[in-house]
Amino acid sequence: MSKTALRWMIAGEWRQHPARIAMATLAIAVGVALGFAVHLVNGSALTSFGQAIRTVSGAADLQIKAASELGLDEALYARVALAADVADASPVVMLKAASANGEAIPVLGLDVIRAANVTPTTIGVSASGPGTGASDPFAEDALFLSRTALAAAGVQVGDSLTISANGLSQTMIVRGMLPAVADGQRLGVIDIAAAQSLFGRLGRIDRIVLKLAEGADPEAVRARLAAILPPGALLSNGDDQAAQSDALSRAYRVNLDMLALVALLTGSFLVYATQSLSVARRLQAFALLRTLGLQRRGIIALVAMEGALAGIVGSILGLLLGYAIAAGALAFLGGDLGGGYFGDAPPPLIFAPGAALAFFALGMIAAIGGSVVPALQGARAAPAVALKNVGDAIDPRALPGLRLPLVLAVLGTGAALMPAAARLPLFGYLSIAFLLAAGIAAMPAIARALLTPLAIRPSRVFSFDLAVLHLRGSPGAAASALSGIVASTALMIAMAVMVTSFRGAVDEWLGDILSGDLYLRTDPGSGGFDRAAQSALAQVRGVERIVFSRTVPLVLDPSQPPMQLIARPVLPAMEAMTLIGGAARVPGGAVPVWLSEPAARILAREKGDMLRLPIGGGQRFAVAGIWRDYARQQGAMVIESKDYERLTGDSTRDSAMVVIAPSAKSADVSAALIAASPIALKGRVQAAQPAVLRRFALKLFDRSFAITYLLEAVAIIVGLAGVAATSSAQALARTREFGMLRHIGVSRGQIIAMLGSEGALLGLVGSIAGVLLGAMISQVLIHVVNPQSFNWTMTTRFPLGLMASVIAALTLAAAFTAMLAGRRALSVDAVRAVRADW
Amino acid sequence: MTAGLHIDALRKSVPGGRVLFSGLMLDVRPGELVAIMGESGSGKSTLLNVIAGLDQPDSGDVVIEGERLAALDERGLTDLRRRQIGFVFQAFHILPYLTLRRNVALPLAIGKASTAEAMRRADEMLDLVGLGTRGDDYARDLSGGEMQRVAIARALIHRPALILADEPTGNLDPETAELVLKLFAQATRERGAAGVLVTHSAAAAAIADRILLLTPTGLIAANV
Repeated sequence: MSKTALRWMIAGEWRQHPARIAMATLAIAVGVALGFAVHLVNGSALTSFGQAIRTVSGAADLQIKAASELGLDEALYARVALAADVADASPVVMLKAASANGEAIPVLGLDVIRAANVTPTTIGVSASGPGTGASDPFAEDALFLSRTALAAAGVQVGDSLTISANGLSQTMIVRGMLPAVADGQRLGVIDIAAAQSLFGRLGRIDRIVLKLAEGADPEAVRARLAAILPPGALLSNGDDQAAQSDALSRAYRVNLDMLALVALLTGSFLVYATQSLSVARRLQAFALLRTLGLQRRGIIALVAMEGALAGIVGSILGLLLGYAIAAGALAFLGGDLGGGYFGDAPPPLIFAPGAALAFFALGMIAAIGGSVVPALQGARAAPAVALKNVGDAIDPRALPGLRLPLVLAVLGTGAALMPAAARLPLFGYLSIAFLLAAGIAAMPAIARALLTPLAIRPSRVFSFDLAVLHLRGSPGAAASALSGIVASTALMIAMAVMVTSFRGAVDEWLGDILSGDLYLRTDPGSGGFDRAAQSALAQVRGVERIVFSRTVPLVLDPSQPPMQLIARPVLPAMEAMTLIGGAARVPGGAVPVWLSEPAARILAREKGDMLRLPIGGGQRFAVAGIWRDYARQQGAMVIESKDYERLTGDSTRDSAMVVIAPSAKSADVSAALIAASPIALKGRVQAAQPAVLRRFALKLFDRSFAITYLLEAVAIIVGLAGVAATSSAQALARTREFGMLRHIGVSRGQIIAMLGSEGALLGLVGSIAGVLLGAMISQVLIHVVNPQSFNWTMTTRFPLGLMASVIAALTLAAAFTAMLAGRRALSVDAVRAVRADW
Repeated sequence: MTAGLHIDALRKSVPGGRVLFSGLMLDVRPGELVAIMGESGSGKSTLLNVIAGLDQPDSGDVVIEGERLAALDERGLTDLRRRQIGFVFQAFHILPYLTLRRNVALPLAIGKASTAEAMRRADEMLDLVGLGTRGDDYARDLSGGEMQRVAIARALIHRPALILADEPTGNLDPETAELVLKLFAQATRERGAAGVLVTHSAAAAAIADRILLLTPTGLIAANV
């Protein structure tokens, strides 16, 4: 097709139907905008998170980290520093500290001289400038704070500040700042000796940051160091650090990315719907062009080019809009969009040119993809038939094909059975895409099956019967009108079923685990309850029983986030633990450990399997059972308190479950327990009732899913816009038909009733099919995507009320938009509608 | 009651003030077929619109089977068209999503006839126009002439008192046009309907009992 003819045809179409083109362009723009925005927010948050880690580890080549908060013996430092090819080594004590006003400020205890060589970004500068000697960095009370930490603590350089960590409070003097620490990051630095002596860490360090000699082979050094490391010490490099921060939120981010792409996918269906109608309307024109000698590929090029132009404009608009949305989302929802993975300070927005290009390409693919199928249909139509203007390109008598949908459904089922790829449910998403495509490809057959009973037994209401016959006899037009509504409904219902199942499972699980009357918890880094405090709390009046526990992060793999090791009494009651599949016998000599479901999946262990942990030297552990846990995505494991104490020597506890005597009041006991807590823990012990914890947990759950609801809503709005655009275009394309009907005595009201019936039937058929398809896709989300992303399983719960409401709302909305479109189409009077004749 | 079509002193102008016709008088008896010819833009189609109650005259009256159009509201006019008027369009307007039988049965389906009765009568009408075996086909299966025969069957199925046709052979070849016209004239006369045929074609007009020429002062007998 010549460029001139192409230009004429496209310009003519755009001039004649600007609203249709605008709708398709906007749908692509919204899809690209949401996808790009979510990606930018996640990327910015991850970059900031990575920056924070790099500040602490500097340009270190290698690190030795304690596997748990218990730390490492400082004697290890000397052995490591003297190892071959280690140019310098900087020992670090890490304190989870809080300022007097309750703000959390991580504080590092550093050997300034060593740190200056290895992690210069953590070196403080005094108020009068570096090297002035105005302040002594080795002074026991010297504290250096980052700009953000200063602001959080509400102090200035020169002020004194009381900080608490490990249950001990000390007043320090803010001697200067940490200029190399990025804005938004809270960090404090004190001398390592002060950290150890003032905050109960004598003889312990948490990590050793290493700088290797020039030309040293990192792998060789790694192997040498591994030989001298005790159990409980792990080697990691910069890549491991980045991988750990990435792994923490990866599944959540990828799931959000996928959800954001749903809007783009729905947009693609909207393009498909509008282009299908446009092609149907122009069949005669295409037939004429074909008669004049245009090849089939010319028609395909014409329609695909229209889609591409909508894609270019929509994608550019989408990128601009996405950047603006990302800026707003970072300010209002934070870097994790409500997921709770990153800190509270919103990170700065970082533009990602690669992602922008990728989303531009996705927008183009969606727009062109949505145009190619109608283009092929248009090109396939026989010119002789099309020139007669006899309606739908598909013969009404032809049985809608089921081969393609069946093939797609088989592919979808096959993909659902595949394992995770790169720890992500990529095949699960592929399965969803196949199932969605199968459902949409089956729409003509489904619509035929659902409408045939109505066609066979007419209602004797003329408008309704004609509507049924029209939809049943125009399978192509009906399918294109249905595609958007089916896609958005299916994805929305699938998400809703998954979220309902998840929320129901979490609620039930909370009911199981919150079996006490009251819960006590100390702030992280506060040091917890020592033995004396535990005895004192057990003696509090009104306490019938108190069960203490200790939670310690345990790094098993430096590239993965730490698991939580929970020490508490377990046997014989197995209190607050719901086992999946019963208990296993533990071989003699092995310490029993109960893995959470995510931990069992991450470690690939089953009941009865043996396990090694970085505590207790060479102690063997055996998996005594697997318990349900929705709180710790990265895994948790429980061991008996007495085993923990024997293996670690740690007798402190950081939380407690309290059973209150029947005669006592919860509020009184709560106040008494807090009053009986050690003075060092003043203000750092919280008591909560199960109902409050349950409410808080569900609130957190809803917060993390808030963004998913928003994205679903956008998908539904785009889908409804598709129905409105389709109804409008179809009604306008049928003005001549309406004109004829008016001539033979059909009233205006009857035609509007007919269109309303058509809209309602489309909405009903589309939403029923969408709900059924959504229920199928939800099974992939629940049984494939969730376990592969978050390592937990659940049983399906259908939100029947919501499903019924969606069907009712879409049916009404579709009927309403069809009637509105009909009124507009009928404003062209019957005489002009058939003007070719009269 | 006046049977057939009676038009009295009809006047119609278009926006801008140009008078299409004035003082137009016409009587078409049941079983009579009248052809109206005229130049393009002379108002032939407008006259048919006014007769069908789809356009309002400036003055004058149209009476169909004794019912004065001026006395009817929108609802009444729609009802009158359903009962008393049959239409044959130049572009056929066969609904592509209905079988031919259902297309023909449409005017009865709009009314109160039972489905079985509507289908039986549709089959009769298809027989009448020579398409008795094609009831289950769709418009896509038909030639232009066949489509117009279906349109004639649809125009007659409800036994209208008046049949209006505008260039019914405008899209057909001469041979097919002749066959369709004969069918149209025969069916109209046999069923005792008054017929008004608007056409440019002298050959088509020749099928009528009377041929009239539309002028600004009304209808005059044409010398064809």
